[in-house]
Amino acid sequence: MRRTILAIFAAVAILLPGSAFAQSGGTIKIGILVALEGAFAAGGADGVRNVELALKQINGTIGGRRIETVVAPTDTRPDTTIRMARKLIEQDRVDIIIGPLSGSEGIAMRDFAKTIPGNVVINGISGALETTWVDPAPNFYRFNLDGAQWGFGLGSYVVKQKNWRRVVSIAGDYSFGYTNFMGFAIDFCRAGGDIVQRFWHPLGQADFGAIIAQLPDNVDAIYLGLGGTDAINFLNQYQQAGERTRLIGGTIMADQTVLTARGRAKEVLTGTPTSGPFAVDNPDAAWQAYVKLYQDSFPANQRFPTPSLFGLGYYIATLAAIRGLEAVGGDLSNGQARFKEALNKIQLDSPIGRITLNENRQATGTVFINEVVEGTDGNLTNKMVARTDNVTQTLGMTAEQYRAIGLPSRNVVDCARLRAGG
Amino acid sequence: MSLADQAGPRASAGITKTAGPTSWIERIPPAWWAAALVLLAMPLVANNFWLFQVMGWTFILGMIAVSLTFLAGYGGMVSLLQMSIAGLAGYMVAILGPSGTTSISLGLSWWIVLPAAFLIAAIFATLSGALAVRTEGIYTIMITLAIAAAFFYFTRQNYTIFNGYSGFNLVLPPRLFGVDWRDPTAFYYLCLGCAALCYGTVVYVSRSPFGLALQGVRDNPRRMAALGFNVTAHRVAAHAFASIFASMGGILLVWQNAQIAPGTIGISSAIDVLVVAVVGGMRRPLGAFVGAFIYVMLQTFSPDILGAFGFSAERFKLIIGIGFLAVVLFSPDGVLGLWDRWRARTGRRVDPLTGQPR
Repeated sequence: MRRTILAIFAAVAILLPGSAFAQSGGTIKIGILVALEGAFAAGGADGVRNVELALKQINGTIGGRRIETVVAPTDTRPDTTIRMARKLIEQDRVDIIIGPLSGSEGIAMRDFAKTIPGNVVINGISGALETTWVDPAPNFYRFNLDGAQWGFGLGSYVVKQKNWRRVVSIAGDYSFGYTNFMGFAIDFCRAGGDIVQRFWHPLGQADFGAIIAQLPDNVDAIYLGLGGTDAINFLNQYQQAGERTRLIGGTIMADQTVLTARGRAKEVLTGTPTSGPFAVDNPDAAWQAYVKLYQDSFPANQRFPTPSLFGLGYYIATLAAIRGLEAVGGDLSNGQARFKEALNKIQLDSPIGRITLNENRQATGTVFINEVVEGTDGNLTNKMVARTDNVTQTLGMTAEQYRAIGLPSRNVVDCARLRAGG
Repeated sequence: MSLADQAGPRASAGITKTAGPTSWIERIPPAWWAAALVLLAMPLVANNFWLFQVMGWTFILGMIAVSLTFLAGYGGMVSLLQMSIAGLAGYMVAILGPSGTTSISLGLSWWIVLPAAFLIAAIFATLSGALAVRTEGIYTIMITLAIAAAFFYFTRQNYTIFNGYSGFNLVLPPRLFGVDWRDPTAFYYLCLGCAALCYGTVVYVSRSPFGLALQGVRDNPRRMAALGFNVTAHRVAAHAFASIFASMGGILLVWQNAQIAPGTIGISSAIDVLVVAVVGGMRRPLGAFVGAFIYVMLQTFSPDILGAFGFSAERFKLIIGIGFLAVVLFSPDGVLGLWDRWRARTGRRVDPLTGQPR
């Protein structure tokens, strides 16, 4: 008995510090902070896959230094994220963190990044506006657009192309719901549209009866800022109530879970415009090459048919880290000062077009407008109909104008004032 | 050899006992002094990650779990509410004190904030305790789980007080006596001190008239009622008393993470507290801290263990699950029960009559 216990202790003692001693001067360590548990687990796994994909393109070495990765799994709760980030920095001694995945994690990481000024954090795919807008951390870089930017361009598209001017909104009652709606609403109101009424729906609540009963009749379309099962539930109940109108989708509305859902939900979906950071059928050579690389690198049962939003985000973040490290020849001395400078100046040619950073280290890039169409096999799919290039953090306004609008919340966008040009 | 080891302390204990009343220092076994020394000297050898993250989290989780151990072990009431109480105290610190969400946080001084947080959490615990104590066994678990779930959804959907989904960030401990309490060493000693205080209080109260009456209520409520004890009042008081430990853990948790959001007090966290208490063993308050240490080690290092064996880190929950399953399977009364049985078995190697090895 005593010998068994001794053996267990010895095994544990050998295993635990293993990773701590593995570090040596020659390698660059990258920590991948990613959700591998909960609702985003599948997307998070695609993120890890894409980091490996990007590193494989350079054979895992930069400037003669080998790159090593450490995966730190989270469950999308901000406190878990901070714990895992602290482990990456203090225990695994990584040089660079790539992550996190979701909005509230991003805000928590912004504050944590301030406590590790000597390391660089490159955002995975988290999209909260506050992360790089309110009190940003000098070593936190975000190469993806934020939730408000993802909604931009859609508003003017529906006004100008479709002539839909009166809209009622139903969006998720949480940070991403507000942020994504805010980007749409600013653009929509400035183009001359009017938001008649706003409904906010708590995440995961299955019953939409109260909202459907209150929907006004004389509107051109409904803006639906919901995702996953919430969107499916709404669409089914809306159909059952015998209603029918046109829809405008938020960024997470017309994803694969909704498009492939069984039931009559899809009848109302055809022709719905949405906006987001990529278009599956983007004809750009860079995008097509990336999709082919992704499909060729992993067997079909170990990947998505095409890269997911999360995978794309982590791919671009890793690409940025690689370009930055190449520019300085892998030099991370002096609190990574040269690396940080290189990242600040980077003009990143990514699969979704050129990305630059502003003074808050937030990306300026392209937003794609997609429309739901019926594919050749009868399933619904997204078709790219327009793109808006160079969408800035302040959505084309000055910083003062944008700051005057306020932070995303239920009532933040004053539509009448924006329509009047204010 | 082992005979001499076994006989030594026992003999000396016998002598001191006959010599008259002993001082409290002599009554504490040497193993405890050794443990105290190791814990106090830990900042000399351990790095910041171990002090702040591993040990800090262990003590915090242990404090929240010890409030459950107190209720379940001495009062016979398994409550899933302790994480919610901890979360409420943490939320109160964020709402009443300073935080990054300046539109809601009142920014009051710590000497108002801390007592108010303890008080509000205690009121919440008393009220929900009063609801729960009318039930027994599985129904207590159900009703406390229902309250915990309701509180979780309330914080997630209420924006005027709890700031909904995003919660509060940049909640930092006050700079008292010129010490930055979030500095790893200072925070370690703060947590160690609070945990020791909680442990000592639970041990002391369990031997006090109130603690003995509570254990009587646990074992035979009808007889206690016949003896003139107010059973309900004792149970409600136990809920109120246990809230102190949970609140202390909750406040330290907020300071450690510098933030609190509904995810902190979700259903899975509430169940995690139960897991910690069960794994450690509910018979003694020490079990809560042992369980917390095991939980933290598994949570922190399971991805590395998988990686060391060449598995994908995605499956890290597997290690955690197997670990807990193994403990519960081999020892229904937790790790401490395992330890007790091991001690009993090694003790039996010496024949109790002759003192000779068997």
